[in-house]
Amino acid sequence: MTNSIDELEFTDLILATGTNTTENHPVIGIKVKRAVRQQGTKLIVIDPREIDLVKYADIWLRQKPGTDVAVFNGLMNVIISENLYAKEYVAERTEGFDALKATVAKYTPEYVEKISGVPSEDLKKAARMYAQAKRASIIYAMGLTQHISGTDNVKTIANISMLCGNIGIEGGGVNPLRGQNNVQGACDMGGLPNVFPAYQQVANEDARKKFETVWNAPLSGKPGLTVVEMMNAAGRGDIKAIYIMGENPLLSDPDLHHVKKELQKLDLLIVQDIFLTETAELADVVLPSASFAEKDGTFTNTERRVQRIRKIVDAPGEAKADWEIICGLSTQMGYPMKYASAKEIFEEIVTVTPSYAGISYKRLDNEGLQWPCPTAEHDGTKFLHKDRFSRGLGLFHAIEYIPPNELTDKEYPLILSTGRVLYHYHTGTMTRRSLGPNERCPESLMEINPADAVKFGINEDQMVKVTSRRGTVEAKAHITEKSPQGTIFMNFHFAEAAVNLLTNPALDPTGKIPEYKVCAVKLEAA
Amino acid sequence: MEKKVPLTIDGKNVEASAGQTVLECARDNGIFIPTLCHYDKTTNVGACRVCVVEVENARSLVASCCMPVSPGMVVRTDTEAVRNAQKMVIELLWSSGDHNCLTCEQNGQCELQNLIYWLKIEKPRFEIEAPGYAIENNNTMIQRDLNKCILCGRCVRACNEIQVNEVLDFSMRGSYAKVGPAFDADYINSSCVFCGECLQVCPTGAITFKQAKFAGRPWEMEKVRTTCTYCGVGCQMDVFVKDGQIVKVSGNRDYGKPNDGSLCVKGRFGMDFIQHPDRLKKPLIRRNKNEDLKEVSWKEAYAFISDKLSSIKKTSGADSIAGLSSARCTNEENYLFQKFMRAVIGTNNVDHCARL
Repeated sequence: MTNSIDELEFTDLILATGTNTTENHPVIGIKVKRAVRQQGTKLIVIDPREIDLVKYADIWLRQKPGTDVAVFNGLMNVIISENLYAKEYVAERTEGFDALKATVAKYTPEYVEKISGVPSEDLKKAARMYAQAKRASIIYAMGLTQHISGTDNVKTIANISMLCGNIGIEGGGVNPLRGQNNVQGACDMGGLPNVFPAYQQVANEDARKKFETVWNAPLSGKPGLTVVEMMNAAGRGDIKAIYIMGENPLLSDPDLHHVKKELQKLDLLIVQDIFLTETAELADVVLPSASFAEKDGTFTNTERRVQRIRKIVDAPGEAKADWEIICGLSTQMGYPMKYASAKEIFEEIVTVTPSYAGISYKRLDNEGLQWPCPTAEHDGTKFLHKDRFSRGLGLFHAIEYIPPNELTDKEYPLILSTGRVLYHYHTGTMTRRSLGPNERCPESLMEINPADAVKFGINEDQMVKVTSRRGTVEAKAHITEKSPQGTIFMNFHFAEAAVNLLTNPALDPTGKIPEYKVCAVKLEAA
Repeated sequence: MEKKVPLTIDGKNVEASAGQTVLECARDNGIFIPTLCHYDKTTNVGACRVCVVEVENARSLVASCCMPVSPGMVVRTDTEAVRNAQKMVIELLWSSGDHNCLTCEQNGQCELQNLIYWLKIEKPRFEIEAPGYAIENNNTMIQRDLNKCILCGRCVRACNEIQVNEVLDFSMRGSYAKVGPAFDADYINSSCVFCGECLQVCPTGAITFKQAKFAGRPWEMEKVRTTCTYCGVGCQMDVFVKDGQIVKVSGNRDYGKPNDGSLCVKGRFGMDFIQHPDRLKKPLIRRNKNEDLKEVSWKEAYAFISDKLSSIKKTSGADSIAGLSSARCTNEENYLFQKFMRAVIGTNNVDHCARL
């Protein structure tokens, strides 16, 4: 997030798009709902699904899945043609406005309605409301990014936010809500193929030299493979061994039939986890690790806040903390890693991670610290890009709408969109072993619009077979207006209805994110 | 400069901010006034009248939680009239419910019990007549015993004003009044999302953790602050442990950002997995592709992996090896993992599920 969670409660307008906040980030959902109910904050929801937040919204734009760029270009078209944009901000703090203006000129509300199904009058209303808010915050999540146009989608919301002068101010910003406890930290720490900690490029010689000195080892300057690319390379035989720490790609990756074949081809699959997951069952070596409740360390939340976790109970049996396992393995391989505690590792991290340089365990005891926190005297950073963007001027990207990779046709007439539900988390390994959540949501439901249910002869609670070009799964039908006509929704928490057998592995060319939110399927009674 | 309001509380000259209540001003100045229905950052409803004080020239005792300060006000919190009124309120509440501390989970942290003790009440002057509601016991997370409900309305405000789930409200009137979801439904049959905020704010044993029942007394449990392992909000929470067993999870307003004491169903009720029997306890190896996984020692596991990785690196190069670090692991672990892949294996093939 460019801004902080707290600011959401005290801003003038929130635009929520591609985030089912009350289910996936319930405590952020609280702030949004409180803002609306208690502070008079306006709320615009742009989402194909009638999510809970719609109930609290002033305007709901229900676009066809995958047409986000068109909708946002349409909003900007109205804002520019009605002269509602922040002229001073655009002149002083940005560049590329003319190209943006030229591109969005074509996206008139009428044209956007044809593409997205959003009524042109609603689009105009939303555009005016957004532009006229003194401070407006955009929140988004995977509903925006899990498309082949995911990167474009994010750039368009950055465009509209800059156009109205909302970046670099309190209560504004472009705010991705990160779905997992430490995605932010895993990225910050260089758990990415192209960067070292703090996003220092592996291809940059100075950065490489710095890490070679600290780590006392020669380093490769060639960026590595992303997760879906790794799986493909394993299929080709180019990758022979994969070491997986705390992930379950055999339920979370797209097009699972392929993933399984690819993983089976490996000479060595190492899985380090707290349970024998679907992926671990395929492994050659399984290493038992400690859960978050059994170790010390830090997580970095979605607003860049670094916070402590503390050991509460002992790990079961011989399970060890992941860091202890890595140290053991590394030492065995002739590169001794001797850390007495997580704290000692953190003390090394801050020496090579400029954005964390001022953080210490001691300083995290109260409310954590939000990076960048460059020195021990720095209080952390509540919101980014104040007065200046990282590159100097904010750059508008003129972006054209492109349709999703797989469209519906006669054979596969429905769109399948995927996501999470309130009661479960990711591949379900934890929540499905927890009594309460599992009681509230014991099985996977396929959500279908009443009109589609009639059309395909599906009844409530009936088992249905959902088939895409890649596979078939069975799940129980739940008939609900929450799903728009022509689109069904399924979650990916349940191995027995593994929706990723169906999903399309087509990737966004830049972000390499798969298009989980749109693929074509057909339905039949099971 | 903000204009301050001068007043006297218990003979002490104090200053309040304009718009503050007498209760807030007293608390800011370290003067104790008991409360039950009051809950910070929610509407002051003045329902329980436990916070009454004497205000000079006022017609009667006033509820300090709802009384705005005014210049020159003279307040007394500790007179006989105040204590008598408080005793009356507490004895009425006590006698109108089934407040049996012997088996109550709140024993030791019950605000009603604390006030009875503080006011030195041996027993209520009224006959105890509990309403006789059936205990709501039909879900695994929250137990409700409305016989212990004092109708303070904190759960209603927690649901509507803190979590804004808009599920709970009062129904019925007079001595039949009760709190709950619409149409008198049980939680499990309502639109309740089991955030558990009602449970956290309940001052008595009316709303309690079902699974924590008989699992540990407040004074037997150790409390550890940590960060929730679900989603990217990073809620701060207290985990309560007795004899190495996790008993329950609670939010804590003292920790402030990012969640100000609130949690969701996953954080509060989704921690059973930690001590689940399915947890992996020993390293496992499959020496040949068609064999089953077998338990081995850590030493064997490390040696096996090390030999295999070294030989793959030797024959096919470092870039034929890849690693997935984890969005669920700590910063320290992610740092070490990528360091291991880059410095020990020699490849940048390291990613995690940020995209998935």
